[in-house]
Amino acid sequence: MSESLISARGLTKKYGDFTAVDGIDFDVAKGESFGLLGPNGAGKSTTMRIIAATSRRTSGTISILGRDPEEHGPQVRAHLGVVPQQDNLDTELTVAENLYIYGRYFGLSKKFVKGKVDELLSFAQLEEKKDVKVEALSGGMKRRLTIARALVSEPDILMLDEPTTGLDPQARHILWDRLFRLKEDGVTLIITTHFMDEAEQLCDRLVVMDKGKIMAEGSPAELIKKYSTKEVLEVRFGSDRNKEVAPILHKMCDRIEELPDRILMYVEDGEKLLEEIVAKKLHPNTSLVRRSSLEDVFLRLTGRSLIE
Amino acid sequence: MNPGVSVAKIRRNGAFYVAESRIRQMSKWKGIITLVAVGNPLFYLVAIGIGIGILVTENSGTSGTGGVEYIVFIAPALLANTALLGAMDETVFPVMEGFKWRKMFYATNSTPITGPQIALGVFIAALVRVAFSVFLYWIFLIAFGVMTFQDSWFAPIVAMYGGAAFGALMMGIVAGVQKDDYFLTVLGRLVITPLFFFSGTFFPLTNMPIFLQPIGWISPLWHTTELGRYFSYGYEISGLMMLIHFAFLTAMLIAGLKIANIRFTKRLLK
Repeated sequence: MSESLISARGLTKKYGDFTAVDGIDFDVAKGESFGLLGPNGAGKSTTMRIIAATSRRTSGTISILGRDPEEHGPQVRAHLGVVPQQDNLDTELTVAENLYIYGRYFGLSKKFVKGKVDELLSFAQLEEKKDVKVEALSGGMKRRLTIARALVSEPDILMLDEPTTGLDPQARHILWDRLFRLKEDGVTLIITTHFMDEAEQLCDRLVVMDKGKIMAEGSPAELIKKYSTKEVLEVRFGSDRNKEVAPILHKMCDRIEELPDRILMYVEDGEKLLEEIVAKKLHPNTSLVRRSSLEDVFLRLTGRSLIE
Repeated sequence: MNPGVSVAKIRRNGAFYVAESRIRQMSKWKGIITLVAVGNPLFYLVAIGIGIGILVTENSGTSGTGGVEYIVFIAPALLANTALLGAMDETVFPVMEGFKWRKMFYATNSTPITGPQIALGVFIAALVRVAFSVFLYWIFLIAFGVMTFQDSWFAPIVAMYGGAAFGALMMGIVAGVQKDDYFLTVLGRLVITPLFFFSGTFFPLTNMPIFLQPIGWISPLWHTTELGRYFSYGYEISGLMMLIHFAFLTAMLIAGLKIANIRFTKRLLK
């Protein structure tokens, strides 16, 4: 691994009796796009806050660019661009003013920030909204503005907490495109998400988190290869028949997952298995053969779905 | 990181950056702020000068007000009240907004700016608003012939000092408010309004029964008003009382800022 920007060992955060982050280890290399994948309450946001020097750990160590965030909060934050889960923009100010005041918080000169604002508006495709109050923007526009705001200081590390939650598909794709450009420019990205497609699209490497612990670590392809099969056959027999058919299907492949509405069958060749099922005259109402995803990895590791 | 980012510079100027952004936010309300700053003295001076003032003077002369016209007696209290209410507006609402309603302080704190710098920045911006309102009020008082420039030049400064003390205290208190359901109603109706009546505003505090006078003693409005009277028309105060008034306001100012610093830091660090 190349130069490590972030290094955590035994990182733990407790709120009273509740352990939000439970002794995790991870490293993030320069220029890497690192993901924290897990359901709500997995400890992703808490980990992000500790990295961002806005939450104190209970135990363990963490170093960001060689510094302890608890002792050097302002110095650490000077290198970060933070996109929180909920947009905390100043809705009474204009789009340009939001970027401007944030730039000033980094001690940047008025002249520099004014020039930077135009560049960021172009990046966020918000040039036409420059003098519009933030309250008038759509959800996707606000999200892009929050990301643009985080870039005003040209951070070494951009941290994005659930960047596309609540956005429609079109807005998500625009956002992914912007983040991809940053990745190409060599910005180190740290992304939390509970969307497996987002993690697959954006992350070079990720950790799967559940109940404060890291369940697995690797690139999306590595994780899928290690914890799942090449293909997945999804069959639906109707909620009443699913239970009845499941034992028969179980004999036909090594791993099946019974979900409330469908049965997932993990195999190398989905079409071939489907033919076998039909040959047994089981006739599912619907069927779908797809490639394995991180959702399947998560299901394997925790026995639960990512979005519950 | 852009080479222009300097943590040492932010450490020095962070509070001013926050104040700059607060003033920008305030400027969105400049119409209402100016309207209040102009309308308030206008209505009070007309109502009290023409209405209540005449009634008081006709019934009891100037014996109850230390030999000055009622409007002259009450003017320093109005000036102090403007300062205190202005300071309250610019501390209570921004702090509620920053922590709870729009959570903007969390965005500010994700930059190198610290909690105490945010608190100080909000406070500095509040002082700018207080200075604007107080000086405008003072100009009206001079224009209406209630005060003279030569005698009262220090009165707006004293009013501002009272506003600063009260604003600091309010900021410290509000930084600890988690649920705002009743806080603002209780603050407005059970603290601010009674304070106005029990602080020697409309009549000398000594006219109150002794058991009610302690309300005035702990009221920043009373301390500010007493000083304002001294610095506007020569109302007599002993050296000791002068010291007590300034010491009380200074203690409130320091305690308020200290509490705000602690609470801002704690609340931003989850």
